[in-house]
Amino acid sequence: MEIVQIISLWLIPLTIGFILLYGTWKKIPTYESFVEGGKEGISIAVSIIPYLVGMLVSISIFRESGALDYMMRFIKPLAEAIGLPAEVVPLAMVRTISGTAALGMTTDLIATYGPDSFVGRLASTIQGSTETTLYVLTVYFGAVGIRKMGDALKVGILADILSFVVSFIIILLVFGR
Amino acid sequence: MVNLIWAMLALVGIVFAMFNGTMNEVNEAVFKGAKEAVTISIGMISILVFWLGLMRIAEHAGLLTKLAHLCKPLVRRLFPEVPADHPAMGYIVSNMIANMFGLGNAATPMGIKAMEELKKLNGNRDTASRSMVTFLAMNTSGITLIPATVISIRMTYESSAPGEIIGTTLVASAISTIGAIFIDRYYYWRRTRGGKR
Repeated sequence: MEIVQIISLWLIPLTIGFILLYGTWKKIPTYESFVEGGKEGISIAVSIIPYLVGMLVSISIFRESGALDYMMRFIKPLAEAIGLPAEVVPLAMVRTISGTAALGMTTDLIATYGPDSFVGRLASTIQGSTETTLYVLTVYFGAVGIRKMGDALKVGILADILSFVVSFIIILLVFGR
Repeated sequence: MVNLIWAMLALVGIVFAMFNGTMNEVNEAVFKGAKEAVTISIGMISILVFWLGLMRIAEHAGLLTKLAHLCKPLVRRLFPEVPADHPAMGYIVSNMIANMFGLGNAATPMGIKAMEELKKLNGNRDTASRSMVTFLAMNTSGITLIPATVISIRMTYESSAPGEIIGTTLVASAISTIGAIFIDRYYYWRRTRGGKR
């Protein structure tokens, strides 16, 4: 674990150093290339704005109106009926839609049940093991102007469900209830 | 499908607010959501400019082609439509490495670049190609070595072993990434089978 942490800490500076060294050795006009590539970053960031505004407004309306909470209350008994831990089901559902909301829920679950409880560990694993599908989709496809997404959303959501189920099974196997 | 989900989220919220008496919150949500989106996008400029600048040096120096070449055996199978030495491969591999180490800041610019290259390969159409869907599926499930944010939350709440979920997270994300690849393959198989009929 420590080795991995050291690698994460060193990776960015070493990557920067290596690219600059290699570019200089290959006689690339490093600074000019950097500026040229960097310019592209500005237009990409700006082009994402409308996609993200649309998505986040819609999601926050759904959340702030109380519809999200209401839906969760409805789903909880259903989840309990098939043996899933009811406390964590809302997190699993929100994880796909909103990264901020999911992070808030994870923090709340860890604070309420304790980080070393079954719920705390499960919430930690769910939070860490998947990305916010809708956000990734919006940013990546938005940045390059893809309008017809094909099966991307379906595949992403199914992968999220799988990730939740796998997290649940693994926590059961490793730590027990 | 995205159009429907997008419209439904807002519509259900607005209708719900009518009965729930939360119109005030909905009003605030509109402006808060829009503001948050712009803040995120503008905030991304710094990271995007830096990494795309750096990656341009790597591309000019031929590093990306090298990287693509190095990971050829594995990545080629995942993206059979991408020519092995194409810069898209280099960006895809860089994105995967950055994601693994939890470097989301570096991963996003490389992922966007990868998408851009994949779009070029797809004749600049505005439809997602097979490779794009695969790449997206892998990114949404994402293999994580260190879930840094979660560990820091666990530390805040005095976990006796904040890092004990590293193993479970790694296994869960690895299995779900493999699963995502299979789900993606299944949908591709369904699409092509439908096309032949």
